[in-house]
Amino acid sequence: MRHTISVLVENKFGVLSRVSGLFSGRGYNIESLSVGETIDPKISIMTIVTTGDDQIIEQITKQLNKLIDVIKVVDFMEIDHVEREMVLIKVSPRKEDRIEVLKLAEIFRGRIIDSGFSTFTIETTGDEGKINAFIELIKPFGIKEFVRTGKVAIAREKAKK
Amino acid sequence: MKKTGAEILIDCLKKEGVKHVFGYPGGVVLNIFDVLYDEKDVKLILTRHEQGAIHAADGYARASGKIGVAIVTSGPGATNTVTGIANASMDSIPMVVFSGQVPTMLIGNDAFQEADIVGITRPCTKYNYLVKDVKDLAQTVREAFHIASTGRPGPVLIDLPKDVTAGKGDFIWPEHIKIRSYNPTYEGNKWMIKQAAHEIAKAKKPVIMAGGGVILSGASKELRELAEITQVPVTMTLMGLGGFPGTSELSLGMLGMHGTYYANMAVQEADLLIGIGVRFDDRVTGRVASFAPHAKIIHIDIDPTSIKKNLRVDIPIVGDVRHVLKDMLKVIKEDVKEPWDAIRKSWLKQVKAWKQERPLHYTYDEEKIKPQFVIEKLHELTKGDAIIATEVGQNQMWTAQFFKFDKPRTLLTSGGLGTMGYGFPAAIGAQLACPDKLVIDVAGDGSIQMNIQELATAVINKLPVKVAILNNGYLGMVRQWQELFFKERYSHTHLESGNPDFVKVAEAYGAVGLRASKPEEVVPVIKEALKVKNRPVFMDFIVDWKEKVYPMVPAGAAINEMMFDEEKKEEKKLKAVK
Repeated sequence: MRHTISVLVENKFGVLSRVSGLFSGRGYNIESLSVGETIDPKISIMTIVTTGDDQIIEQITKQLNKLIDVIKVVDFMEIDHVEREMVLIKVSPRKEDRIEVLKLAEIFRGRIIDSGFSTFTIETTGDEGKINAFIELIKPFGIKEFVRTGKVAIAREKAKK
Repeated sequence: MKKTGAEILIDCLKKEGVKHVFGYPGGVVLNIFDVLYDEKDVKLILTRHEQGAIHAADGYARASGKIGVAIVTSGPGATNTVTGIANASMDSIPMVVFSGQVPTMLIGNDAFQEADIVGITRPCTKYNYLVKDVKDLAQTVREAFHIASTGRPGPVLIDLPKDVTAGKGDFIWPEHIKIRSYNPTYEGNKWMIKQAAHEIAKAKKPVIMAGGGVILSGASKELRELAEITQVPVTMTLMGLGGFPGTSELSLGMLGMHGTYYANMAVQEADLLIGIGVRFDDRVTGRVASFAPHAKIIHIDIDPTSIKKNLRVDIPIVGDVRHVLKDMLKVIKEDVKEPWDAIRKSWLKQVKAWKQERPLHYTYDEEKIKPQFVIEKLHELTKGDAIIATEVGQNQMWTAQFFKFDKPRTLLTSGGLGTMGYGFPAAIGAQLACPDKLVIDVAGDGSIQMNIQELATAVINKLPVKVAILNNGYLGMVRQWQELFFKERYSHTHLESGNPDFVKVAEAYGAVGLRASKPEEVVPVIKEALKVKNRPVFMDFIVDWKEKVYPMVPAGAAINEMMFDEEKKEEKKLKAVK
């Protein structure tokens, strides 16, 4: 089962390596990982997407909690939450397809953030399904390059009560 | 008044009550060694190898319950500590290691004798630090000692760049320590403890399985009380030996791969297994799916990651073993008033029958020294009143089987990592921590050669450590596996032709060397060794090389599928009773 785990950590050097080392050292897989500072610059938040059965996920959350720099671990599987990731796609359509690509970007609420003689760079955010769908639809027009951030997740407000 | 980082470091050690530090000098730690030159309260014990320093600090910690401390230099000095640190980490030993580092401005430049020791030791320390500024030093040391010794103990490494130990700052000692993200759980959940107590009362065939956590948390008294009140037999893991008296009627000795027949049978037949401060290592459980198949399992451990890691658990209790056992005893005394003797009568009778059916045994030989005989005589002649370190392999298992440990902190052995070369330096550390105690290292001829250079450390410091070498001319345990599972193809396990004369080696270092080649020489050699007061002694026992450790559970088998000596020829295995 796929889990999105949010890990609140001390914002110190080496912490990312401790967390990622925990996964690699125990043979667990990280599908995506994103890190950023929180409103308190001494604390960072990591969003980790991983897969495993209940026993593995229990071990992962326990092992994360055991790390000295980890303040809190939340498995979003148990909580109503919203997830987003961002993708930047550089596409190089044929001249006659340029309008079609712009329309597609609009449907997916993408923004053109860079343009050249033969390329557009489109930015879009959304849940995993939306990002995947967008990439699939753009593919036939010639993706030159793309990069996605990995997930970030936050609990829905009502779920926090 | 401003002090150098090195002076601040030594002040910190004094504040922590550190009396002995093990180590080895080098270029980037010279500031620290220069301060140690005039230091009276903190004594540096110079080992001959950094691995020896770490194992000595480890033995010091295991024997005394204090934190072991070591100081080494950067690069190779630091990397030489990795085995010792990993060893301490696997066995949860409180330790603080200071490594020198190149100056901060050179870090990452592949400078001379630079190694990323913080990166290298990250997976095998409980925590580690790189101190970048002298003003952070005292706080870091304080935190390191706190982390190493609380919760599930473990080694902490502090990497000290040369400019930090040379730089000046104020010595401000933080009296109180609070780490936001580190709050070990000591008290167990009361409801769970109550459930566990009632399960013990209900059980018809309960077994306690005690591990190293009992010793680390100082819970031997509580464990004994629990076992005696409720009349539950106790088996111990290798790390748990000494946590419960080995000579008690209720003791089943060690379980697992080389455990006793009766311990393994009792666990497999039990309807309740109470795991206390254990982590259900694969050497203990054998094939996990067949381990304790009829038992409900209660598991008490301070480390939540240990619980349900390898095994299903019915009642998990996260907490310090001593706290939990105290609470459990309270519930048992107040709520559960069972006529224990009557309830346990048939179970204890069955356990006794197993003990009589297949006790630990070996066949005495008039010509050849049996290694088990040496261990028995060591126990007999010391009356069990000794700290015993072991190396790893057959010597370790025979010691675990035939030396009856009655008190905690009397067996120092590499349980988790299985480090050859651990025992001798650990014994040196233990002798320094406990100068009035008799300290013996039981070694093999292979293991002793892994840190034999520490003879110098023992001689210089006038430490009367006794080393009993069970010399069979082989890497015995590996040879045993080759014999049983590799058609006697003894690939590279024969050492005899390259072995030195251990008596002469001892004498060359200024120690005493003794040898016994015949069974009747064993007792006189031990007696003579015990008389030596201010020097280490090597006792070279030329033992029967064919002797193997039995019972044995082959890897991947259930723990009641044991092999016994007498069944060797038929390659017969005793099948599960049910």
